[in-house]
Amino acid sequence: MAEVSATGLAGRLPKLSVTNMFMLASLVALALVPVIIYAAGNAFWLDIATRLVVLSMAAVSLNLILGFGGMVSFGHAAYLGIGAYCVGIPTYHALFGEFEIIASNNGFFHIALAVVISALFALIVGAICLRTKGVYFIMITMAFGQMVFYLFVSLEQYGADDGLVITSRSELPGIDTGNPLAFYFLCYASLLAVLYLVHRIVNSRFGMVIQGAKGNEDRMRSLGYSTYVYRLAAFVIAGAICGYAGALLGNFTSFISPEMMDWAASGELMFMVILGGASSVFGPVIGAAIFLLLEQLLSSFTVHWHLPFGIMLILIVLFVKGGVSGLLDRLGR
Amino acid sequence: MDASLVLIQFLNGMQLGVLLFLLASGLTLTFGIMDFVNLAHGSLYMIGAFFCASLTFWTGSFVWGLLLAIPCTALVGLAVELVVIRHLYARDHLDHVLATFGLILCFDTLTQLVWGPEGISVPLPSWLDGQVTLPGEIVFPTFRLVIILGGLVVAGGLYWLVNHTRLGMLIRAGASNRTMVGALGIDIQTLFTAVFALGAVLAGLAGMLIAPITEASIGMGNEIIITAFVVIIVGGIGSMKGAFIAALMIGLIDTMGRSFLDDVFKLVMSTEAAETSAPAVSAMLIYILMAVILAIRPQGLFPPKVR
Repeated sequence: MAEVSATGLAGRLPKLSVTNMFMLASLVALALVPVIIYAAGNAFWLDIATRLVVLSMAAVSLNLILGFGGMVSFGHAAYLGIGAYCVGIPTYHALFGEFEIIASNNGFFHIALAVVISALFALIVGAICLRTKGVYFIMITMAFGQMVFYLFVSLEQYGADDGLVITSRSELPGIDTGNPLAFYFLCYASLLAVLYLVHRIVNSRFGMVIQGAKGNEDRMRSLGYSTYVYRLAAFVIAGAICGYAGALLGNFTSFISPEMMDWAASGELMFMVILGGASSVFGPVIGAAIFLLLEQLLSSFTVHWHLPFGIMLILIVLFVKGGVSGLLDRLGR
Repeated sequence: MDASLVLIQFLNGMQLGVLLFLLASGLTLTFGIMDFVNLAHGSLYMIGAFFCASLTFWTGSFVWGLLLAIPCTALVGLAVELVVIRHLYARDHLDHVLATFGLILCFDTLTQLVWGPEGISVPLPSWLDGQVTLPGEIVFPTFRLVIILGGLVVAGGLYWLVNHTRLGMLIRAGASNRTMVGALGIDIQTLFTAVFALGAVLAGLAGMLIAPITEASIGMGNEIIITAFVVIIVGGIGSMKGAFIAALMIGLIDTMGRSFLDDVFKLVMSTEAAETSAPAVSAMLIYILMAVILAIRPQGLFPPKVR
């Protein structure tokens, strides 16, 4: 009996595999290192860390549909952009008048707007895209992403190509969003929440259906699941999370332009997911970290850093299976 | 809206449509036969334009520049196929997309290293640089007319190639059953390489033709390639006929929308509202069209019969 209960207890505790330990260590490092460096007077690396945490959220949301659902969305940066403009446009009107209904500096309003609009856009795009498969899906998500890009390029009032300066950050009660450290912890806490949420979704009955439909859609359908509805729901959730990340990104950069939702930006998000490994919830965070470090490192050597970056991308696709998480898994075995 | 303006915009739309067809035909060929998604197709368009620019200055003649740029672009296409693309056919579409995204980054940076960050304008010979008067008192740039006619000739040539030659027979056979063609003793790898190079030349040709109008610039392919994607999605991926019809349709709708949508809007709303909303809607027009078509026919207008 004693033996049984012991194994039962051990079963309930999360197994500390190499991957899990790595994840825990990374999260602790993300909580401590930026703060220490900032306290030592280096604001630059706190900026990098903030960008990392926000982009991680976007990559984790993309992974929910890409890695777990098998939906290769090439327009995910559009939600980042929509989220950012949901901060930019209300603050613009709060400053310059017009459109009294949405003119506001209230952070809750910005976030709600970002999440709702992103979810609505995801609902429309998803409803159309999910009727198709494979290459069609990739290209259509890409085309809709580009549609949003051109929409904002054509909006003269909000700066068109030149972008829009966000003059003041969203106001939230109890948090001084203007303080870099406070803003960092807001983003960090958001990342933890997003990771937990996606973890719960993936391991729920809903998540099982999504993953089952990725493996064999016909089988899931013959089991009586309406895979279309499940997929659409996942697509909308991913869009909403990414919209939220976009609202934070808009606040962080304080300058937003259509360029942040260009298809190259979507490609970078996909790269983070694949690099980190699409088979784990935490993988994209590692991918985002490696991407940002590569960007810093390579661009410090040469302004033409896209060349080594592109070559590396090709080599990774050709030779590394399962991303860095897959590599860790294989090393752990 | 007077009639001659509509006609001129119609011709401009045709010109865009013809260029889109040159790009889309290569995309749809590589997809139809090799099941390969090539995001870097736009880079070959850009490379074609830059080759044409340099060779035009070197030879002193646009026509020679264009004729010499065609084999150069084919060589680049061959090299890319041999070094990268060849190893990806057996992979899934996600790998195609990521690797060719990497290729775009490489191409854009390499082009910038070789030709510099500024765009290069390509001078036209005087006999192409003028304007012609068409029936109905319409004055239209000669070169744009040449693009339309040249594009239609190429489209006819492709039709002949695909339907009436041995290579075309292999292409059609490859599109319907790759394994069987290989089993019948055809060297499928060489066929793939040839088709990829053909697609590269078609994309490059589109770039060469547009270079005198817009100039050759970094990233020029990344803008138009998405529109080419919309074309093959609407036409049905893998279908040449679909690519041709959809290319002309998208070219016309995009051009006409940008020119006349505000006039149409003014009929139903205030001038001010029309002037603010028309640019936004016309920027999205082809995507809205794509959405509508997909909602009705998810496989596009002319899906290929097989697969």
